[in-house]
Amino acid sequence: MARTTPLNAAHRKLGGRMVDFAGWDMPVQYTGVIQEHEAVRTGVGLFDVSHMGEIEFKGPGALETANRLITNDLAKATDGQALYAGLLNPAGGFVDDVVAYRFSPEHIFICVNAANREKDFAWMKANAKGVVPVDRSDDYAQIAVQGPKGFALVQRLANKDLQGVATYRFTTGQVAGIDCIISRTGYTGEDGFELYCPPAKAEALWFALLEAGKGDGAVPAGLGARDSLRTEMKYALYGNDIDDQHTPLEAGLGWIVKLDKGEFIGAEALKAQKAKGLSRKLVGFELTEPGVPRAHYPILVDGQKVGEVTSGTMGPSVKKAIGIGYVPLSHAAEGSTFHIDIRGRPVAARVVKTPFYQRG
Amino acid sequence: MADYPKNLKYTKDHEWARKDGNKVVVGVTFHAQEALGDVVYVELPKVGSAMTAGKQFGVIESTKAVSELYAPVTGKVTKVNQELTKDPTAVNRDPYQAGWIVEVEVASAGEVDALLDAAAYEQLLSTQK
Repeated sequence: MARTTPLNAAHRKLGGRMVDFAGWDMPVQYTGVIQEHEAVRTGVGLFDVSHMGEIEFKGPGALETANRLITNDLAKATDGQALYAGLLNPAGGFVDDVVAYRFSPEHIFICVNAANREKDFAWMKANAKGVVPVDRSDDYAQIAVQGPKGFALVQRLANKDLQGVATYRFTTGQVAGIDCIISRTGYTGEDGFELYCPPAKAEALWFALLEAGKGDGAVPAGLGARDSLRTEMKYALYGNDIDDQHTPLEAGLGWIVKLDKGEFIGAEALKAQKAKGLSRKLVGFELTEPGVPRAHYPILVDGQKVGEVTSGTMGPSVKKAIGIGYVPLSHAAEGSTFHIDIRGRPVAARVVKTPFYQRG
Repeated sequence: MADYPKNLKYTKDHEWARKDGNKVVVGVTFHAQEALGDVVYVELPKVGSAMTAGKQFGVIESTKAVSELYAPVTGKVTKVNQELTKDPTAVNRDPYQAGWIVEVEVASAGEVDALLDAAAYEQLLSTQK
């Protein structure tokens, strides 16, 4: 039996096509992936991301405890700031990629991937030195309001001025009269918010946003559009582009690793990898011949398999067949060429600058 | 709205076939395009290549899925819809006209007559729901 979010009935009412995603019954689309993708790029779209998990560290030493588990540095952040970070194993591979919220040095709140909820919580509990983490996943629903008209939409329903809530900052307040964590974050490359609210209020918040956003063309958007939007930004998807076999350095996420901040799990392995030099790197490429790259298609150099596509799609905004994958360092520079094995047919590809999509 | 024209024949693999003299035009049904979602790429066979009833002759890809196209009839490909390389969403918008995929020269026109008629195809769909 698949797990459901508090918005499951709303998705069905809105004609969502439901699929299994990591054990969750989620909408892959409502009207169509491309239409929903475009709505987010030009107007505003609503995503149900209630399946994601939330883990909390509370009490004296919360910041220090969390900081030893993640790659980014909560000590350098301010209260009200969110940080993208890696949760690593001792070998430097990803247990997960997370967003860590600093409410205060004694209150850290970490949002984790749906598929990794139980694994992450067990990992944190086993490795936390100091404050004991609490799994708050069932206490929060989450709605992502994404698109150039997303800020104004949430602002109209909010009980406070959100102008000061910059990118990767958050606050608490009411939206449509419902208590929320209001976070200026997302996974689409567009402006907007992610709203964490009590599960019992999620449906009221969802329909309030849809109703208030009617004039902006607000639409519900499914996992299909979420995937094409994030792929155009080369945002990593755990299980596809990053996993326990790949490090943040290999994934091009060196900017979320603060090796000078003091001890954290995976730091030694990353230092060693840095000293030794990388052998492979996650790159973005586009096809220069017809076709669509898909996850797990082999990447070929001189007919030999050197890697695999980790994500790929026909980008609705960039209007090109784009993909992401690990390649040897020798083929990682912009302009490097290789082939993608599409059902036995080698199709030419070229490494390009990412994100694939540039706003405006 | 679901639409299954009476002048077409259908397969259980959700292709349609329309007889035009000794040629047969082939595409995918309304149901197929709806199930696929937004079509982003169609891998077409070469003009002059042979296709065999029930065997794969091409690939159709949507934003999320890759699906095989199966030949409703046996014959030689005489035309392919090159417009689909520029605008594959024609398959979604207009699956029976602008979204046609290939034209085939068949040896025996009777092969088409043996396929499902609209009523039988709709019956098949209703049992799959």
